[in-house]
Amino acid sequence: MPFFRASALQTKLRRELWQMRGQMLAIALVIAGGVAVFLLSLVNYSSLTATRNQYYQDYQFAEVFVTIKRAPRHALQQVAAIPGVTRQSGRVEGAATLEVPGFSDPVSARLVSLPATGQPALNRLYLRYGRLPAASRSDEAAVIGSFADAHDLMLGDRLDAIINGRRQSLTVVGIVESPEFIYVIPPGGMLPDFKRYGVLWMAQDALAPAMDMVGAFNSLVLQVDSSVPIPAVIDQLDRLLAPYGGTGAYARADQFSHRFLNDELNQLKTMATIFPTIFMGVAMFLLNVVVGRLISTQRDIVAVLKAFGYSNRQIGWHYSQLVLVIAITGLLIGTAAGLWLGRALGELYMDYYRFPGLLFRVSPWWLLLLAVLTLMVAWLGGWRAIRQAAALPPAEAMRPEGPARYRVTVTERLLSWIRFTQPSRMIVRQLARRLGRTVLSVTGVAMATAVVMVGNFQLSSVSLMVHTQFARVQKQDLAITLTDPVSQAALFGMARQPGVRYTEGRRVVVAELVNGHRKWRTALTGIPSDAKLQFVVDEHLNDVPIPPAGLLLTDFLAARLAVSPGDHLQVRVLEGPRPRLSLPVAGVTSEFLGVSAYMDLAAMNRVMREGPVVNQVLMNLTPGQADTVYQDLRDAPRVMAINIRQAMLDSFYDTLAKTFLTYTFIISLLGGIIAFGVIYNTVRISLAERGRDLASLRVLGYSHNEVSHIILGELAILLVLGVPLGWFFGQAIASLIVTAMQTELYRVPLIMTDKTLALAANVVIISALVSGFITWWRLRNLDLVAVLKTRE
Amino acid sequence: MNGLSPALPVFQTRDLTKTYRQGEVEVQALRGIGLELFTGELVVMLGASGSGKSTLLNILGGLDVPTSGEVNYQDIDLTRANDRELTRYRRDYVGFVFQFYNLIPSLTARENVMAVTEIARSPMDPEAALALVGLANRMDHFPAQLSGGEQQRVAIARAIAKRPKVLLCDEPTGALDSATGVLVLAALDKANRETGTTTVIITHNASIAQMADRVITLSDGKISKEYHNPTRQDPRTLSW
Ligand SMILES: Nc1ncnc2c1ncn2[C@@H]1O[C@H](COP(=O)(O)OP(=O)(O)OP(=O)(O)O)[C@@H](O)[C@H]1O
Ligand SMILES: [Mg+2]
Repeated sequence: MPFFRASALQTKLRRELWQMRGQMLAIALVIAGGVAVFLLSLVNYSSLTATRNQYYQDYQFAEVFVTIKRAPRHALQQVAAIPGVTRQSGRVEGAATLEVPGFSDPVSARLVSLPATGQPALNRLYLRYGRLPAASRSDEAAVIGSFADAHDLMLGDRLDAIINGRRQSLTVVGIVESPEFIYVIPPGGMLPDFKRYGVLWMAQDALAPAMDMVGAFNSLVLQVDSSVPIPAVIDQLDRLLAPYGGTGAYARADQFSHRFLNDELNQLKTMATIFPTIFMGVAMFLLNVVVGRLISTQRDIVAVLKAFGYSNRQIGWHYSQLVLVIAITGLLIGTAAGLWLGRALGELYMDYYRFPGLLFRVSPWWLLLLAVLTLMVAWLGGWRAIRQAAALPPAEAMRPEGPARYRVTVTERLLSWIRFTQPSRMIVRQLARRLGRTVLSVTGVAMATAVVMVGNFQLSSVSLMVHTQFARVQKQDLAITLTDPVSQAALFGMARQPGVRYTEGRRVVVAELVNGHRKWRTALTGIPSDAKLQFVVDEHLNDVPIPPAGLLLTDFLAARLAVSPGDHLQVRVLEGPRPRLSLPVAGVTSEFLGVSAYMDLAAMNRVMREGPVVNQVLMNLTPGQADTVYQDLRDAPRVMAINIRQAMLDSFYDTLAKTFLTYTFIISLLGGIIAFGVIYNTVRISLAERGRDLASLRVLGYSHNEVSHIILGELAILLVLGVPLGWFFGQAIASLIVTAMQTELYRVPLIMTDKTLALAANVVIISALVSGFITWWRLRNLDLVAVLKTRE
Repeated sequence: MNGLSPALPVFQTRDLTKTYRQGEVEVQALRGIGLELFTGELVVMLGASGSGKSTLLNILGGLDVPTSGEVNYQDIDLTRANDRELTRYRRDYVGFVFQFYNLIPSLTARENVMAVTEIARSPMDPEAALALVGLANRMDHFPAQLSGGEQQRVAIARAIAKRPKVLLCDEPTGALDSATGVLVLAALDKANRETGTTTVIITHNASIAQMADRVITLSDGKISKEYHNPTRQDPRTLSW
């Protein structure tokens, strides 16, 4: 006695599934696509969130941050006395240029002090290799992992640092990561550049004298008791530190690394919603069509089963099983693929998010929910057809389906000027007679086209975004951010240096923009009215002139602050004399990368009550002479960071673009699978429905090719109608995605290039050709006798 | 029983009508049928095409409900039965043989029979049922591998395997030649004699009437003629 004996209906199910395996697999793959995209995003989201939270907790990531000009260490006692402050750590920070042996580009670094006890109370370091610098050694440094990796630094390697104009030789004793620098971006830049920017930790006793900060601190980080509101602490802190030149305390939400990580996580969340919804929608649609048609070819079987006493429920369950088997297949493939891809993509993230390691997390509850949702969606997709089968009155089912009332259709009359061959007439009549079905098929083709577009448009959009930013907007080869403002007169000196073609100065200050309860901490940039290098552009990439009075805001920022041109905005500059201004918004700009606020340089110098000074220098270089300029810059004092355009571009493609494009590549691939699934099913179903007609024609003496013409001609018409409709759908979905995925870091523009449209059409057409070929092949081998013997 | 003993009526119908409405057009398929069928009886039903034979059979078999009138199977009121009760009735009492065989193409002969025996209360072995119709050696063939007559015999095996109380056959020999038709009829006759199943056979072929206990002729939705055969002919002696 076999352990498990399948019932006859189970046997039927198994054989039919096997017989239609191509179609079933195509649908299962579509479901798998949805599941995989969902899991992929979910795994990344939960893993990154869990990793970050654990990291923050284990390494005591601070909650409030503030930079000060110079405060005496005894002020720390007053800080500790602020109600709610549980821990604090006063540090010395500084900037340096580094000389890495064998690397000629200018390298800038941020220096952070470590207390004599080694690990600080907050923002503790994760030691990847080695140890922390000894308290008494002024020549030891711990280096952030991103920088060490980029230069293959080993323990014991030496670096020269120019700190405050003085050259100092440093030995790498540790390679570390910090929760403060998970996303490492040079000041003034928007993108990571691991080779040219690093973070170094040195002993307080070594750094303080070099920075003229003995007995003082210029950076403070805090943790706050959870029962005390953070804004209250910030208020008190600002009041306390104002005399020492505090630039305004801010919470984690405004901390650079944290903010970008948050953006990324939110983006993942969006992707985890939008793409699976599209994929599942298509899968549901396919199931609806395929199961519907399958059942309609089995009307007589349903009738017999009912005649012999199978209940509606048993029939319904039988066909539900069919759907569930497909769904479970899709679920399993999708789960495996999603977990695997999620893991792989997670590792990619680790390249530019500096965590001690990735905690691979996915909640079993989410998996369960996903499984339940998938099965439900699939079942709902088949529901209409299943219910129809279950409700089919048994006597009714003995008759062939529906009133097949052929008539000369309007379409045909409209097209009467064409002299149709009989097969062509059959195509037109079939499409017009089954109008509902034709609409479904065209929609299917359109969805396939749209899905490929949605996966793909981002490739060209991202390229355009980067190209625009670095060729059209940022015309400078080099941007140098200075630690302190210099007179504009110094620019003329720089311009005369060999290799420098042109220089332009800007003044960048930290400011808080306030509109009612909406606040945004950002850089406020003063641009000379005759700026030639970095433009601000509107959405059509036209230059926006700098207004003599008033602000220009990035559109993303204007939206966040809920202001439009003409409105007034409170501007609290957090540096120098800390002026509080009320400025009109003169216009909005549309950079794709970063957000910023701009005003006229002279106006800024006026409100800052300073002479004509700048603290950022943009340069154009003579081609081929970059190295000379870099050499000079190494020894220049007061350089905080140097952003090289080409380097940023390279680093963009190396880091952000890599994950982004990997993600969209996966999506496009899955889109292609969907497209194929839809088209293949459309063709196969039409073949199944017409098999008898076609066999009859063959018997009447039509050739194989003439008969193929009917199926393939029908397909061609579906494509001609479906692809343009798909372009339209794709555009709509893409604009939805683009809007949902805007972040502070970058905003991908909605660009549909001809290439994208053509690619989508091609994927669909190739799917159609392959499906068409399979059909042609099947028709060749069509067993005329067998087809005609079976009852319609 | 051969119609001689005063048997109990299993089916009783009164003033049975069935009207199909399709858009504007009304078709009166049955116009007042009064009929009694008895336990173990073998009835042949004759009638012109469109006279309402299949319609009547469908109603007797609980596949369809009448527009008006009464129909009872023993103490079950088929007129007022709901869908669930009709399903129960079909499952427990009725075996069907359809004109177009209606086998499930993806199942073998044996599995086609099993599809019914699996849900029946006290079925025969599927193998025994197939042996009864002379297909013991073709059990593992798919319908597409069987001739029309063989397929029809599988359909009969499927119908009798559940040991139904009533066996309803709609033109079981319609598509068969005389020799094969005889084999099929012999199988039905045997089942009727051996299990006492009340059997109704619809046919266009008047010579088949000789194997019946009783012959009923429908015309235009009414019973136009009805007679008892003094003796049932062995189907093997029939030919057409
Ligand atoms: N679903 C239906 N809708 C409309 N009319 C129907 C339907 N079913 C049957 N009819 C009509 O009812 C009448 C009786 O049909 P029925 O199938 O009972 O005839 P029949 O005696 O079995 O004929 P045949 O010997 O050709 O099978 C016919 O006129 C038929 O057209
Ligand atoms: Mg009939």
